[in-house]
Amino acid sequence: MMISPLLQVKNLETRFITTDGVVKAVNGISYHVNAGETLGIVGESGSGKSAGVLSILRLISANSGRISGGEIWFEKQDLLKVNKSALRRIRGNKISMIFQDPMTCLNPVLTIGKQITEAIQVHSGATKLEAQQQAIALLEKVGISSAKRRLGSYPYQFSGGMRQRVMIAMALACHPQLLIADEPTTALDVTVQAQVIEMIKQLQNEMGMAVIWITHDLALLARFADRILVMYAGQIVEEAPVNQLYKHPRHPYTMGLLKSLPRPDRDMGETLPAIPGTPPDLINYPQGCPFAPRCQYAIDRCFQEDPILELVATHHQVACWVKP
Amino acid sequence: MVAKTHPSKPETDTLLRVENLQVHFPVSGGIFRQKQVGIIRAVDGLTFEIKRGETLSLVGESGCGKSTTGRAILQLQTPTGGQVYFNDIDLTKLDAQKLRIMRRQMQIIFQDPYASLNPRMTLKKIIGEPLLIHRLAKGESLINRVQELLELVGLNPQFINRYPHEFSGGQRQRIAIARALAVDPDFLVCDEPIASLDVSIQAQVVNLMRSLQKRLNLTYLFIAHDLSIVRYISSRVAVMYLGKIVEIGECNSVYDYPLHPYTKALLSAVPIPDPEIEAKRERIILKGDVPSFLLPSCGCRFYSRCPSAKLVGDRCRVEEPQLREINPGHFVSCHLWDSQNPL
Repeated sequence: MMISPLLQVKNLETRFITTDGVVKAVNGISYHVNAGETLGIVGESGSGKSAGVLSILRLISANSGRISGGEIWFEKQDLLKVNKSALRRIRGNKISMIFQDPMTCLNPVLTIGKQITEAIQVHSGATKLEAQQQAIALLEKVGISSAKRRLGSYPYQFSGGMRQRVMIAMALACHPQLLIADEPTTALDVTVQAQVIEMIKQLQNEMGMAVIWITHDLALLARFADRILVMYAGQIVEEAPVNQLYKHPRHPYTMGLLKSLPRPDRDMGETLPAIPGTPPDLINYPQGCPFAPRCQYAIDRCFQEDPILELVATHHQVACWVKP
Repeated sequence: MVAKTHPSKPETDTLLRVENLQVHFPVSGGIFRQKQVGIIRAVDGLTFEIKRGETLSLVGESGCGKSTTGRAILQLQTPTGGQVYFNDIDLTKLDAQKLRIMRRQMQIIFQDPYASLNPRMTLKKIIGEPLLIHRLAKGESLINRVQELLELVGLNPQFINRYPHEFSGGQRQRIAIARALAVDPDFLVCDEPIASLDVSIQAQVVNLMRSLQKRLNLTYLFIAHDLSIVRYISSRVAVMYLGKIVEIGECNSVYDYPLHPYTKALLSAVPIPDPEIEAKRERIILKGDVPSFLLPSCGCRFYSRCPSAKLVGDRCRVEEPQLREINPGHFVSCHLWDSQNPL
C-alpha cells in the first residue's frame, strides 16, 4: 500500500504581470513531498524555484502576480481553493516558511520575545505565560544562549546568523509538518551555514518534519537532501534521489551545472567547463525546450517541442529528448 | 594597445609588498561629549607579498577585514599604520598627485555589479572615463579603445552606447572588468567579484579573468568567501580572522594540508557536490558567532571558538601566536605548531 504524500503539487502555473509583458515564472510543474523527507529544489535566477514555493502558501503578491493554474493538495484539501481562514490555520502552523533575509519576517520595532509568543498564541491558543515558556524553550533549542534574557532583545541586536535562528524558532513554534526554506543560508558565512543546517536537520529528526530546501547551490544539497528537483526557466527538468542526481545526471543542464562547480577538495585544472549563454527571457518564452539554445546535445526536435518529464530509472525523471 | 607612459620599474619578481598594514577605526561613545571608547582593529598588522603574475586570495568570513585590506592597499581607505610597497614605492607616503599617477597601475573590481556602474552613463562613458582621467585617449581613439576592451571581455562592441540596466549581472561584471583594464594596469584588486552572480555565470566570469591574466600578465588580489572558487583561481591563499592572517601558503598546500584549526573548520564547512563524500566527512562545527572586534583581545583571537584551544594549556588564552613557516612557503599562526610543542 502506497502512503500518500504529505504535499502534492499538480501542474502549478504562476505568472507575473509587468510593464514589459507577462512573465511565465512557473510553467506547469508537478511534484510531491513525503512526510519527513528533505526535498531540495535547485535553480538559478528566473528558474521559478522561489515563485513555485511562494505559490504553495499563496504568498504571491496580488498586485503583480497570479497563480493561474494547478492544484496543491495538502491534508486532502487543495490549498489554491481553500478560503482565507482555512489558509491562515495552515500557514505558520502546519506549513511554515523561512527566507533568505530574516528581516522579511522580523519586525524591527518589536522584541523577538513578543514576536515569537505572538506566533504561538495565535496558532495554539496558549496563554501569554505558556507561550513565553515555549518561546524560551524554542530559543534554547535553536542554540541561543541566555534565552530568557534575549526575549527582550530587538532584531538589530542580533547578528545575521542569530536572526536566522530566531526566524527558524518562530517558524517551528507550532511544530509544522512541512517547513519551506527559501535560500535560508545564502547570505550567511559558510561556518554559520553549517551550524544552521545541522540544527535544522536535528530539529527535523526530532519533529518528523518534511523540509523543502530551495537553493542555487547544488553542492549544498549533497549533504542533506533525500531527493532533488532541478528547475530551469519555470520548469522541472530533472528529478532524482540525491545519489542518483550527482552520480548519474541525465539532463544536459544538470550535467553542465555539476561540471562547472569548482571544488575545494581537488585541483580543477586549467579551465572550468562553463555553460555558455544565459537563461532565457521568461516574457518571450521560447518555443521548444528552454535550455536548447545553450545545449551541446540539442537536435531539431528540441527547438520545436517542449520535452516532458519521463522516467529513466527508479524515481528518476528527466525532461529531455536526447537524454545523453 | 595604449602605450605605457608611466615609469615602469625593471621586472622584479615582487609586485606588491605589504608590511604590518593596519587599519584601526576609533569608536566613540558618550552622551554629552563624544569620546573614544574603543578601537576596532579591522586590519591589525598584515604582512605579505604578491609576485608578478600570480593570484593571492584573501579568504575569511564577514568582518574579518579582507575587503578593508583590499581598499587599504589601494589607499581607498587610509591605513593607520604600516607600508604598502608597489614596485618598491611606498604608496602610503605619496601625495595625491603622485598617487593618482600610480593608480593607473592598480585597479579594482567590486562585488555588486548593480551598484558599481553609474546607471546614467553609457558604456562608452563608463569604460572611457579612466582613459580621459589619465589622458590616454580621446575622441576617435577612445571609441576604438572602448570597443577593443568590450571584445576583450566577450561583449559585442556595438553595445558601446547602451546603458547598464540593459545588461544582466554577469554582463555588468564584464563591463566592470573592461573598465578596470582600460588603463592597462598591472594589478587588480577583485573584491568578491562573482559572489552576486548565478552559479553558471560565475564559471564564465572566472574563466574570463583567468584568461585575461595570462594574456595581459596581470596580478590579482582576489578577495572572497567562496573557498571552492578560490582554489580554482589562486596560486596562494591567505586565511584571515578578525584582522589577522592565521594561515598563508600555496593553494594546494593549504587546502590539502590545512594547519590552523580555523582553516580546518572553514574547509570542513564548504559543501562538496558528492553525497557519498559528504556522508563520510568530518564536520567541525564551530560554536557561536564571530566575536566582536571591540572585546579586549589578548591571546589568540580564535581562542573562544577553537576546538583545540585546551590542548596547549593556558598559552592560547594569554599569548598571541605569530606566523611561523611550518612547511616550505606555508605559514601558520597557532601555538599548536610551535617548534617547542610540535603536533
